[in-house]
Amino acid sequence: MTRTGISVKRFTAWRRRPWAGYAVVLAALAAIGVIYAGFSPRADRAEAANATQAAADLKNGQQLFNKNCASCHGLNAEGTKDAKGHAIAPSLLGVGAAAVDFQVSTGRMPAMNPGAQIPRKRPITDFDTTIKTDYEDPAKRRAAEEQKARAEKNLADLRNYITSLSAQPGPGVPAGSEVDPSKGNVALGGKLFRTNCAQCHNFTGQGGALTGGKYAPELAKSDVTPTQIYEAMLTGPQAMPVFNDTTLTPQDKQAIIAYLVQTREEPNPGGSGLGRIGPVTEGLAGWLVGIGLLVLAAMWITAKKPKKLKKS
Amino acid sequence: MSEATAPKAVEGPLNFLDDRLGSTGFLNRNLKKVFPDHWSFMLGEIALYSFIILLLTGTFLTLWFKPSMMEVVYDGSYTKLNGVKMSEAYASTLHITFDVRGGLLMRQIHHWAAILFMASILAHMLRVFFTGAYRKPRELNWLIGITMFVLGMLEGLFGYSLPDDLLSGTGLRITQGVLESIPVVGTYGYMFLFGGEFPGQDIVPRLFTLHILLIPGLILGLVTAHMMIMWHQKHTAMPVKNQTEEQVYGYPFYPVFMAKTGAYFLFTFGVLALLGTFAQINPIWLFGPYDPGAISAGSQPDWYMGVLEGALRIMPNWEITAWGHTLSLNVLIPALVPLGIIFTGAALWPFIEAWVTGDKRPHHVNDRPRNAPVRTGVGMAAVTFYGLLWVAGANDVVADKFHVSLYATTWFFRVTFFVGPVIAYIITKRVCLGLQRKDAETVAHGVESGTILMSPDGKFSERHEPMRDEQRAVLLSKENARPEAPAVDANGIPAPSTKGPVGHLRSRLQRAWTFDDIPVEEHEHGHDEVEGGRKPEQIEH
Ligand code: HEC
Ligand code: HEC
Ligand code: HEM
Repeated sequence: MTRTGISVKRFTAWRRRPWAGYAVVLAALAAIGVIYAGFSPRADRAEAANATQAAADLKNGQQLFNKNCASCHGLNAEGTKDAKGHAIAPSLLGVGAAAVDFQVSTGRMPAMNPGAQIPRKRPITDFDTTIKTDYEDPAKRRAAEEQKARAEKNLADLRNYITSLSAQPGPGVPAGSEVDPSKGNVALGGKLFRTNCAQCHNFTGQGGALTGGKYAPELAKSDVTPTQIYEAMLTGPQAMPVFNDTTLTPQDKQAIIAYLVQTREEPNPGGSGLGRIGPVTEGLAGWLVGIGLLVLAAMWITAKKPKKLKKS
Repeated sequence: MSEATAPKAVEGPLNFLDDRLGSTGFLNRNLKKVFPDHWSFMLGEIALYSFIILLLTGTFLTLWFKPSMMEVVYDGSYTKLNGVKMSEAYASTLHITFDVRGGLLMRQIHHWAAILFMASILAHMLRVFFTGAYRKPRELNWLIGITMFVLGMLEGLFGYSLPDDLLSGTGLRITQGVLESIPVVGTYGYMFLFGGEFPGQDIVPRLFTLHILLIPGLILGLVTAHMMIMWHQKHTAMPVKNQTEEQVYGYPFYPVFMAKTGAYFLFTFGVLALLGTFAQINPIWLFGPYDPGAISAGSQPDWYMGVLEGALRIMPNWEITAWGHTLSLNVLIPALVPLGIIFTGAALWPFIEAWVTGDKRPHHVNDRPRNAPVRTGVGMAAVTFYGLLWVAGANDVVADKFHVSLYATTWFFRVTFFVGPVIAYIITKRVCLGLQRKDAETVAHGVESGTILMSPDGKFSERHEPMRDEQRAVLLSKENARPEAPAVDANGIPAPSTKGPVGHLRSRLQRAWTFDDIPVEEHEHGHDEVEGGRKPEQIEH
């Protein structure tokens, strides 16, 4: 076939990098998991926690909320309306920890300038849990790790504060084992993804345009974490529908995560994937590369004059 | 040039054949057939060679492909789909891809060859159109070419549908919708093709027969006819020195053109092999098996069907309900009208042009596009029309990648669909006339030499030099507009061709064709006839 021994070796060496990235994500997840276990309101262990510490955390959450979110969502997270009565930002009472975690960890919240759709971006420093920590220099590394732990704690405090404002807890953040891609049924996930998600996100999760200037974002990038995928289904951000546990059971959700993660990590056996968006880039490549090269070849061939016949 | 003898290596076998078949006269004549040299004349060859590669790779694929809609449960090398129910067609395509040695490469070369086949036909047709090479006596080959393009579209659509993946199933569903929208016979038509309700069990085996037998057979027949007619009529040529209407100037088929075209086959094969190796195409394993309940964003057909897709996407949702029947104009119009305009227009064009210009002479030397501004303008209008619909077929990708609203793209294409071709026509015609003017200038005053002269009274001027012969031959190839046929003949009787409404229309069109023509003529120096007696090389006509 198209592969030789050399290129296989090079392939594996090359693949190691995204894998390494993935391992980092997993490690981060594990860390987040530990912290969830300590702070999640669903966990009974919260009772065991030191009461004063809990109060301090809640205070921290409140301060973060007042500083970053209250301007739009209101001081009591009740939502705000403009002079004409149109909502500026919705109420957050009862949205649940999963919604807060999704919105803030994907950088969507705090929102910046309102457009057709609030885009994913790098989270603000207070909540940025994606910072790099693998520095050579131990001091630098320690500083980065501390900052990351602080961001994780901030996020947890904020979640807890917002959930504490309402009697209904709303959907919580999924546990690490619930989103572990290696435990999902990939074949089922593929089927479910094609029937439920592909019409907006495309079959390989490349994203696509929706009406009204909105778009379904790309899911194939590794910065969309398994937890975020789960939370997106659970909370249905903006134009995306909610897939609650009756539409897609937790096993279904895990299967979808497994499918997405495996699909974005699998190499393209046929060469460059051309963006994996189907015939549009294929047609472009056919015209630009295929016809382009052959036209150059035609020019070259027809410009060649045979010596012997050139005499006249 | 019958004095030139073929080299020994050829002469030997020729003598052998001649002694038995008496055919050397034929071979000798044909081996020396003269072929003009211009890169754009190779475009058609890409199509020919991709077709050959399609036949070879396609035959390879038939050895493993199972044209069957029988449901099977996959259990193979692509573990991500293990345990999924799918048709045998899809499972066997996965098998070709992951388990047959070289299978994926063959599939990819087959598909890339299909893309290049259609692309080169289109490029070739454009070349023929813009140089006026379709004019008498070559109208038949023009019509054959259009037929092959249409057959190629069908062949590609059917081939694309064979693997029964999610994307091709979506394409079939659209095909079914289009068939069904045809008034009166639509439902019967679709039931006939699909052998029952969509998708049914019969469609893939039927498409398979059409794809590997009927349509390739028809195309092969037409290719043969196309080549034989071309051989018989001889190639047209671009206007160059020594080329006249009476004789073709170029290189003999043997050995020069044969070496070139042989090398070009290898180039085509090389490019296809490169694409097949390094660029993944139609990764059906990512699309998953066809499932009527599923659909993906960015579902597009191959590029040659993009025009239809674009037309479907920008068409407003019109339907007429009368006598209990619904006429789905929203499907019928986009399916028939744009391609109908393009193909009917293209097929009739040579005859319309001859009728309008009254030019019934045979032509062997091509026009430079600028020298036929109306034709070039109409051609560019058609290219714009086609191109806009084509891009409209990918409007969701455009909206997504360039961050514009989907709705805005739809309206953009709805408006430019009507306005774009007109603007393209006007701009193209202006550009052509501008180029004609420049040519006329050059012919009248020579080319700028870059040498600046200072006259004794201090004025600067640039010296103009006469053109080189090669350039002169090219510029003077322009045939200046012929005067309109007089409306009345010598006896004051209106010429028959100008009578009646049709005659009036013809006169007006002819005026439109010629009125702003800019003569390109030499005034000062007469024709310095050269080449007296010396015959240009390699002549055959
Ligand atoms: C610039 C104004 C603005 C700021 C600041 C802002 N938000 Fe929002 N937020 C919005 C708007 C607008 C929406 C509604 C988005 C939509 O659904 O279209 C929203 C939606 C949300 C949602 C989803 C609600 C639901 O029903 O699912 C959550 C959760 C949220 N915000 C949390 C936060 C948090 C936490 C912060 C502070 C870190 C914050 N927001 C800061 C404007 C803002
Ligand atoms: C109706 C179209 C639609 C469907 C169906 C849909 N989504 Fe979404 N999805 C969206 C939109 C729109 C967004 C962006 C929301 C936002 O920016 O707040 C989104 C966002 C997401 C995100 C967050 C990506 C990021 O960049 O942070 C994930 C993950 C996701 N979707 C997964 C899924 C999965 C899994 C399914 C199927 C179960 C699905 N979606 C079905 C429209 C859709
Ligand atoms: C003008 C000629 C042809 C065109 C444009 C064409 C086009 C195509 C296309 C686009 C596909 C889909 C390939 C894919 O899965 O990615 C296909 C599949 C196929 N073609 Fe052709 N084809 C042509 C001629 C032939 C011929 C002559 C044969 C057989 C003798 C053939 C046999 C097949 C088979 C068996 C498949 C299905 C297998 C598969 O998809 O992997 N084709 N064709």
